[in-house]
Amino acid sequence: MSFELETATDRENLRRVAIDPVSRVEGHGKVTLLLDDAGHVKEARLHIVEFRGFEKFIQGRPYWEVPVMVQRLCGICPVSHHLAAAKALDPVVGALAITPTAEKIRRLMHYGQILQSHALHFFHLSSPDLLFGFESPVQQRNIVGIASAYPEVARQGVLLRKFGQEVIRVTAGKRVHGTGAIPGGVNKSVSPAERDALRHEADQIIRWSRDAVHLARRLHESNRSLYDEFGLFRSHLFSLVRADGAMDLYDGHLRLRDARGLIVRDGLRCEDYDHFLREEIKPWSYMKFPYVAELGPAKGWYKVGPLARVQNCDFIPSEQAEAEREAFIAHGEGEPVHAPLAYHWARMIEMLHAAEVIRDLLDDPDILSDDRLADGERGREGVGIIEAPRGTLIHHYRVGDDDLVSYCNLIVSTTHNNQAMNEAVRQVARRYLDGRQLTEGLLNHIEVAIRAFDPCLSCATHALGKMPLAVELLDAGGQLVDRATSGG
Amino acid sequence: MSKQFLLDGQPVPFEEGQTILEAARAAGHYIPSLCWHKDFPPHGSCKLCVVKAAGRHVSACATPARDGSEVESNTPEMNGERRGLLQMLFVEGNHFCPSCEKSGNCELQALGYEYEMLTPRFRHFFPDRPVDASHPDVLLDFNRCIFCELCVRASRDVDGKSVFALTGRGIQKHLVVNAESGRLADTDFSKDDLAARICPVGVILHKRVGFAVPIGERKFDVATISAQTLKESP
Repeated sequence: MSFELETATDRENLRRVAIDPVSRVEGHGKVTLLLDDAGHVKEARLHIVEFRGFEKFIQGRPYWEVPVMVQRLCGICPVSHHLAAAKALDPVVGALAITPTAEKIRRLMHYGQILQSHALHFFHLSSPDLLFGFESPVQQRNIVGIASAYPEVARQGVLLRKFGQEVIRVTAGKRVHGTGAIPGGVNKSVSPAERDALRHEADQIIRWSRDAVHLARRLHESNRSLYDEFGLFRSHLFSLVRADGAMDLYDGHLRLRDARGLIVRDGLRCEDYDHFLREEIKPWSYMKFPYVAELGPAKGWYKVGPLARVQNCDFIPSEQAEAEREAFIAHGEGEPVHAPLAYHWARMIEMLHAAEVIRDLLDDPDILSDDRLADGERGREGVGIIEAPRGTLIHHYRVGDDDLVSYCNLIVSTTHNNQAMNEAVRQVARRYLDGRQLTEGLLNHIEVAIRAFDPCLSCATHALGKMPLAVELLDAGGQLVDRATSGG
Repeated sequence: MSKQFLLDGQPVPFEEGQTILEAARAAGHYIPSLCWHKDFPPHGSCKLCVVKAAGRHVSACATPARDGSEVESNTPEMNGERRGLLQMLFVEGNHFCPSCEKSGNCELQALGYEYEMLTPRFRHFFPDRPVDASHPDVLLDFNRCIFCELCVRASRDVDGKSVFALTGRGIQKHLVVNAESGRLADTDFSKDDLAARICPVGVILHKRVGFAVPIGERKFDVATISAQTLKESP
């Protein structure tokens, strides 16, 4: 099926504008626009042009290698893949429940990941757009510009991320690509010295996280017409929630809300995800388009990530973040907030929650215990679902009697948001670009909309401020009319 | 007066019958190796112990120490050659340290660090070598074989089973399991065999161990391979 502005009816006589690659996101993607002679947008697509193939080459590898191997999908949120794989493989070693120590250390690792990734995205990748403006001078629109104009904001952003990375190092052995989670539990406990060093900083981190929420909220409330309307579209909201409806980013069951905010599916077991979700393939993108099976591809697509999670849960189980969530919900005046730019505000609320969870876990003596591993009767299949920084992450494996993986299915967070991001791109193209002469600043509007979702397009590389943006304007015959570049 | 030779200008005493490598390590001088093992005769295949004696390149593990000779080992020239050999070993197999459970305990990786190998330098062969997971206790990942034959020798000379062999020639050389089916499960191999714990790289792996040892506590996290080797030398 095709959505409005997904495919132009007559593509022959349209000029093509490409944003390739999209900058200040993880990985490589491009946006193509087809315009008629009057500059009206006839087609807008976000293409994911990388092909990774992890699902294939995981097959035939021993299952215990998988949590360490699959995290190489990503250099920003490897912990999410690491933990989703370990969770999926717990039943394979018979660990239908892991020990309290193992679960708390995994949670500590995960919330450290949430904190560092959210800090990275807000401060390093998005704050230049939000603080300077979408059409501000491109030379200034980066973290170096932020450090110059808002030194305290930049400093806190860097130190927040550093703290999250330290939590990961203590629990996984390395800041990036550690080995902490293994099927059945974890391979190391937290030492008292490690705990004390982190705890010493935790209260400051909570204060800075709360300040970040207030900054995002202030930006939103000081320019409501822009923040509430930019790229706006409505969709379902999808995420894990805890059994009691609380926000839980590590474990729980799946819940779907409709665009009006009504819970339409709840209590879905993670192991049943493949009955619930389908994926559509489109010839112009390597990224699939998931949808809720019974609703179909036209109506069954949804948003995941902070904006979905903050509104899908019934409450956030930490005091300060819950207060901020209530303020966020109040902003919607009885309706769910669907504005893509509200992702930033929701993301900062989650960062505050992560900081509070980390503090509480550091105060829990279980993380010092050596009771790290569980086992039981050997299983052959497992599904692990986790709320990664960017949204719901699904890992599914089958393992043969010879211990080798025979089947692997991964639905990564950004994939869930594929249709949503395309929709945001189309809304922005229609509203801001249609019929106008294109400039770098106008094209950045498209990227601002994509960045709000914090997509991880390949989950691998991100060269800050150096990813070249090349925009080419071709006439209907494919001849180059104009070309502009930035970055690089 | 005991016999001695000069290693990089330093006097190294030795006893009759000792090789350059044995005498050097006993005296606290590190010469690297992958295929040498104190309990087996010299093999001389990995060539990492290459030294220059009387102007000639020789394997320190297989060359008897000679009274009064001068040997060059820890020099930019010899270490550069060792780095080249390591680079060849890396590109001949499929050595993906980031997801290898032997990482941190692997002698090849440790030597890569020791000799500051920063790039593969040569084109990767990317050989197609399926794993053998047929045995209930041990996994064979042939992708990482460096043909040191330590498992071949241990199985044949100590375990008395001859489970492993090298076959093929030159670039086609590879490790095989000595069974009609070619499967480890169809041999009398046991996880308690010496051959099951002698592999210096990540070919012969005890199943379901994986990443049980955290980063920071693995063998070469604690000390470099040169320091470890000298500590373990007699």
